Amino acid sequence: MSRAGGPGGEGWPGATADTLPAEACSPWAEAVRVAALLAVDPTGLGGVSLRAMPGPVREAWLDLLRGLLPGDAPWRRLPLSVGDGRLLGGLDLAATLRAGRPVAERGLLAEADGGVLLPAMAERLPATTAAHLAAVLDSGEAVAERDGLALRAPARLALVALDEGLAPEETPPAALLERLAFRLDLHGIAPREAVGAAPEAAAVAAARARLPRVSVPEDVMQALCGTALALGIGSLRAPVLALRAARAAAALAGREAVAEADAALAARLVLAPRATRLPVEEEPAPDEPRAEEQTAEPPQQEQDLPDPRALQEILLAAAAAAVPPHLLDGLRPGAAARSPAPGKAGAQKASPLRGRPIGARAGEPRGGARLALVETLRAAAPWQRLRGRSGPRVELRKDDLRIRRFRQRSETATIFAVDASGSAALHRLAEAKGAVELLLADCYVRRDKVALLAFRGTGAELLLPPTGSLARARRCLAALPGGGGTPVAAALDAALLLADSVRRKGQSPLLVVLTDGRANVARDGSGGRARAEAEALAAARALRAAGVASVLVDVSPRPAENGRRLAAEMGARYLALPYADAVALSRAVKAEAA
Amino acid sequence: MSQRMPFPFSAIVGQDEMKLAILAAAVDPGIGGVLAFGDRGTGKSTTIRALAALLPDIPVVEGCPWRCDPGDAQALCEECRARQTRGPLRSRMAPVPVVDLPLGATEDRVVGALDIQRALAEGVKAFEPGLLARAHRGFLYIDEANLLEDHLVDLLLDVAASGENVVEREGLSIRHPARFVLVGSGNPEEGELRPQMLDRFGLSVEVTTPGDLPSRIEVIRRRDAYDRDPAGFVARWSGAEAELRGRILAARAGLHAVAVPEAAYERAARLCLALGTDGLRGELTLIRTGRALAALEGRGEVGDAELRRVAPPALRHRLRRNPLDEAVAGTRVERAIAELFGP
Repeated sequence: MSRAGGPGGEGWPGATADTLPAEACSPWAEAVRVAALLAVDPTGLGGVSLRAMPGPVREAWLDLLRGLLPGDAPWRRLPLSVGDGRLLGGLDLAATLRAGRPVAERGLLAEADGGVLLPAMAERLPATTAAHLAAVLDSGEAVAERDGLALRAPARLALVALDEGLAPEETPPAALLERLAFRLDLHGIAPREAVGAAPEAAAVAAARARLPRVSVPEDVMQALCGTALALGIGSLRAPVLALRAARAAAALAGREAVAEADAALAARLVLAPRATRLPVEEEPAPDEPRAEEQTAEPPQQEQDLPDPRALQEILLAAAAAAVPPHLLDGLRPGAAARSPAPGKAGAQKASPLRGRPIGARAGEPRGGARLALVETLRAAAPWQRLRGRSGPRVELRKDDLRIRRFRQRSETATIFAVDASGSAALHRLAEAKGAVELLLADCYVRRDKVALLAFRGTGAELLLPPTGSLARARRCLAALPGGGGTPVAAALDAALLLADSVRRKGQSPLLVVLTDGRANVARDGSGGRARAEAEALAAARALRAAGVASVLVDVSPRPAENGRRLAAEMGARYLALPYADAVALSRAVKAEAA
Repeated sequence: MSQRMPFPFSAIVGQDEMKLAILAAAVDPGIGGVLAFGDRGTGKSTTIRALAALLPDIPVVEGCPWRCDPGDAQALCEECRARQTRGPLRSRMAPVPVVDLPLGATEDRVVGALDIQRALAEGVKAFEPGLLARAHRGFLYIDEANLLEDHLVDLLLDVAASGENVVEREGLSIRHPARFVLVGSGNPEEGELRPQMLDRFGLSVEVTTPGDLPSRIEVIRRRDAYDRDPAGFVARWSGAEAELRGRILAARAGLHAVAVPEAAYERAARLCLALGTDGLRGELTLIRTGRALAALEGRGEVGDAELRRVAPPALRHRLRRNPLDEAVAGTRVERAIAELFGP
């Protein structure tokens, strides 16, 4: 652009902040910067995971981003309950019936081509929808094979994942986060702070035009890779996205080459939120990066480049300062966030209305049963001539009607609540772990989900939300420390909560409590056996009232009345485990699950 | 630009085991499929998609909807057999299909179904081939294989085992050849693969991100160069691609000439015995993959060196599994190799 130095080519007032240290900018200014970078290169950067509750701040940010994008860029919301048909495209019902031949309808992905797609409640996005979105981000195309149609449409888009999660483990699916350059958290920004510092749309448009010409010096590339590695980021998508962010930043600042400040900004915005560890002080000097054997690539290495390691240190410092403080606390082995599937309240019983489609059968679309259009047309097709069809209208008879059949998956989620208190741990924690491991193996065979709750000290902790990964369950269990009081009431409360959420997903919960039943910590964390026991029994009754199938395994060395009473109040099968008879235990749980 | 040029196969940095497995399957489709499981952002999909551009064209029977191989009289479809009686088959060259099975694909698109349009418009009962027909003689790629619906998995396993797709629906009764190499990828964190499906793959590769800085930088550099100028990048690598294509062709031609000495059979049997793998599929895959590797590298005989290299991908998913065993299966295979072959 010839007027790169003219008005609008210099970036915007906020752009000068890239020369300021990270601490000096307000959270809103940071959010604005993300919006600007994303608007410069939406498809390259993939998008942003926007953690915020619905409200004026989120709206302000979305308006800002929309204002910076080209005026004709599509802007589509993706509801959580979107069906594959609407997402990927499929048969257009009305048009198909009108025309008498299959008419395709574009999906949301294709409609959002060249713009932004906003999945609502992204923290509850099901894995298959996430996989579709991920495929689109990778290939820039929406491909679908369904309803008798093969569809392929360009879908070069950016995602703004509207993450309304509250707990740290409630995040959008990892497959998606991985492909989005930015993570933005608008919590803690007051509406009155969400003003000002907005760049001009013209400046962003100029940067977009400049982007293809922005070059990346070799040392910047090396430094970004080194920074990612030093922060313990395994995936190679992270440095790729960081590089693109740096390039967008340079374009925005009116530069034709990525400068240190751009790289530092990229390290802060893209790499820091992905860090799995803080950089260690000094690693043994890696070998001088050597060009790999290349047959066709021109040599790019030059010896007199500035030392990339000095730059890397600057980037590391920028990124390390921005690593969210709580991030590394959560990095127990196996504590990786998993997003829960979307809630389907009431979806507990097998029904002809929901679940996994397993084909169609003859029948009328009544009582909520859905018409299987393609199957219906197929059934009618061979008879058209016999029925004396004239013109494009399809002659349908009642017998042709087909409805969809669904199968509800009756998946079990086994919730283990393990007493890791001092009284239990002293004798039995190791044995209990052994027994749980055996049960886990059973769950694996049945392909159940498992969740792990541990309780000790003053409360219960969800070590592992329901997962199908047994290896992770085992890691969590192995790392489980013992000691402290026995907060039975808190544990049962937590188990009930978890069982409830499991049910909402259409799975049936099975609760396995391993404890000695000697409650001595009340819900509020205070000691006192009498109150603790009364509360424990009350919590147990609540579980029974909720109808949660459960097994109580008494792990005390001399099983006493406590455990038995607790089990009775819970309506649980009681099982004393005076010896480490894990096999008997596993058998009992299997019987309960059957 | 509607169709993006895929990233060139030969420009993929590292990931030697995955590349080896895919090339071996390309040389000898009988090896039975490749499964690539591993971390995110390691280029699993990139590698597999790169294959389509790499593979040399194959001869197909002119006018045959299933693209039969004119050189293989055994595998011809019924129509081609009838055609053959009327005179020699005419052939043309066609690219090897690499077909994506997208998640959420419906059964009718996978197996094929009545062509509604023709049925409604012309009253003809015509079969509209599905993905399985399109993948015949090529590759069927399932990304996120572990998320695939169970009923589709059953269907795929059935067809992959029999090499034939039998369609009985809507008054149609069709059977057509469907021999394809199943390629799956996925991330174990999202859920595990059903054991039946696991067993169906000949080779299983564990993919990890390179941990050393220079190769990581190289990955990023090439990716960046490709992103900025796909056409130029692909052109720069076309020499390497052509060379690799030549190697595949030579290996296919020389595959049957590769000798498997008695000692290699014995080694393979002992290795499988030591690891306690189920059935004979492990040994068979070991030998076949060893042969493909020798052919690719221009050696006339399967020796210890080949077996050592192909043993981990050929065997690691066949170990009797203790789901709670943290020790990576690959480590167990390597230990057994070291014991048997010496360090």
